[in-house]
Amino acid sequence: MQKMLTLISNVYRLGNASKNVGARMVLSTRFFTDFTPQASFDIKKCELHRLEAGPSETAVLTREQGLQYYRTMQTMRRMELKADQLYKQKIIRGFCHLYDGQEACAMGIEAGINPTDHLITAYRAHGYTFTRGVSVREIMAELTGRRGGVAKGKGGSMHMYAKHFYGGNGIVGAQGQIFESFNMAALWKLPCIFICENNKFGMGTSVERSSASTDYFKRGDYIPGIKVDGMDVLCVREAIKFAADYCRAGKGPIVMELETYRYHGHSMSDPGVSYRSREEIQEVRSKSDPITMLKERMLSNNMASVEEIKEIDVDIRKVIEDAAQFAISDPEPPLDELCNHIFANDLPMEVRGTNPWVKLKSVS
Amino acid sequence: WKFLPSPQRNSGALLAGRPVNVRDALNQAMDEELERDERVFLLGEEVAQYDGAYKVSRGLWKKYGDKRIIDTPITEMGFAGIAVGAAFAGLRPICEFMTWNFSMQAIDQVINSAAKTYYMSAGAQPVPIVFRGPNGSSAGVAAQHSQCFAAWYGHCPGLKVVSPWNSEDARGLLKAAIRDDNPVVFLENELMYGVPFDLSEDVLQKDFVVPIGKAKVERRGTHITLVSHSRCVGFCLDAASVLAKEGVECEVVNLRTIRPLDVDTIEASVMKTGHLVTVEGGWPQYGVGAEICARVMEGPAFNYLDAPAVRVTGVDIPMPYAKILEDHSVPQIKDIIFSVKKVLNM
Repeated sequence: MQKMLTLISNVYRLGNASKNVGARMVLSTRFFTDFTPQASFDIKKCELHRLEAGPSETAVLTREQGLQYYRTMQTMRRMELKADQLYKQKIIRGFCHLYDGQEACAMGIEAGINPTDHLITAYRAHGYTFTRGVSVREIMAELTGRRGGVAKGKGGSMHMYAKHFYGGNGIVGAQGQIFESFNMAALWKLPCIFICENNKFGMGTSVERSSASTDYFKRGDYIPGIKVDGMDVLCVREAIKFAADYCRAGKGPIVMELETYRYHGHSMSDPGVSYRSREEIQEVRSKSDPITMLKERMLSNNMASVEEIKEIDVDIRKVIEDAAQFAISDPEPPLDELCNHIFANDLPMEVRGTNPWVKLKSVS
Repeated sequence: WKFLPSPQRNSGALLAGRPVNVRDALNQAMDEELERDERVFLLGEEVAQYDGAYKVSRGLWKKYGDKRIIDTPITEMGFAGIAVGAAFAGLRPICEFMTWNFSMQAIDQVINSAAKTYYMSAGAQPVPIVFRGPNGSSAGVAAQHSQCFAAWYGHCPGLKVVSPWNSEDARGLLKAAIRDDNPVVFLENELMYGVPFDLSEDVLQKDFVVPIGKAKVERRGTHITLVSHSRCVGFCLDAASVLAKEGVECEVVNLRTIRPLDVDTIEASVMKTGHLVTVEGGWPQYGVGAEICARVMEGPAFNYLDAPAVRVTGVDIPMPYAKILEDHSVPQIKDIIFSVKKVLNM
């Protein structure tokens, strides 16, 4: 029995998607050891700019990694959808820029770098906040503006931070600044990876209407660039590994363009369908969803079972529910927190309130 | 307000007797000025095909097309520079910043290219440009999106800075700004966009303008002067209603313009009431209220003060996100009432 199962699993390790149903029927009683421990996948070749060789065109995925990536991406997805719900219930307010659709970017990047590398991003930051180590509870409580939030409720959606993660930044009209950064990074050979998550729109304006050149990976000009399939977590991982190695070898900066897609509009106040069609969104969802892609790879290569995936989903649902409960029930920050954190490492000081008779206290 | 049957296409008849919200007042003002002068055009992020991030330019692209309503990439320094250049060359641009917070990306163009050029050129080069967008705090948009820039821009010679409160202000001041040959910083308020106000026939005339540099007394009173701008004017009026029940009659001055400051109107009011409280949403230090108090000190009205003038302002901190903290970071009506009573020694 054992030998037969191993033989069959060996066959399927090299196989493709269409054999799923047959596999499940034969191998209906499964044991842990029946799963393929790792598999090698062909990934899309990256277009290169000023590079002789690029990232690997095959990616090795272990079962462990696959489950971890799946869990992380699905958690991100569910978290964002829960945020959507809470926003519509007006429990989250202000700005809320959701990341669903782009999970492979944050996951792939984190899989290919070290936790001690430094990462900074713009306002669509919930995914990175999670991959950089902040719990779903702390992220959601920050979105609802409670004291248990990662920024004690003072930052909100766009201003979350963690060790080696510099936010979460609200203002991005910085095309000129990018070129200034390119220049200095190249001049001083700084180990810096510039990543553009190209989701085809700048708010409601398509890339064609906003950019003279949409080959963002080439915009570094004298800086080498890589164009990456941002919907494939393995592609992103291999690319960032390559880029990180390049930088760590002292060769200077590198530009990466991740082709990706956001299912939601720019923010919760943008329905997202005035500048693109629902058909387009549906098509990406059905043909290129990053989580589905990973799941199908794992299932068709016998690296996980449908039941196992379902269990993970159920578990994630619990995590999200628990986090949402916390985010809703945790109290708001106390008023004496109002003026704290103006200066670091400084003596306590007085802060003027709304009128001269209100003198508030501020500590570092 | 009363409804009138309005079959005519004339905007005056169409809207007279109906409340008009600030957003529509701005929209209408731009529409009329675009029609009146073909050199006028609007540029900014999402102003054309998206109808405006806050829908202030709704319908304008459909009516005037690509040449007059221009979507820019997300690149403030760049498009503000292009706008100033267009003004140099004789066009009359309206440059929209999605919020005034983003203007910091472009502030060199506003100050060094727009504000100072007429002076530097000894009168040879005027800069007829309007920079507009929502200013100040909103609701839950946190620290980087909530700053008030009235004091920053009000500091600079060469700039006119206006801050409308209601629909009449919005309509009249925007028309005046577009027709002005100088750079005007036009500070709107997102929370006021949806607020309706009755507009009279006069206000709805195509050539109605509110003169820049002239404050308006919104409420006459004898005991104390409240000077304010933008959304806080409404709070002052609400505070005045409450105080009136206790026998305190407040005079409420709506600045309308931050620079040039209408010191005459402020002084006349203070000389009548003998007491002054300024109210603003921005930070206290080096702010609009600070300037008003200084001017009163330096002029004839000082001798009429029966108590030191006092400022009601936002709290001196970056804007927090959590609702309870945000609510305590901005001036409330109760803060105004409290300050009035303190000044009046009640």
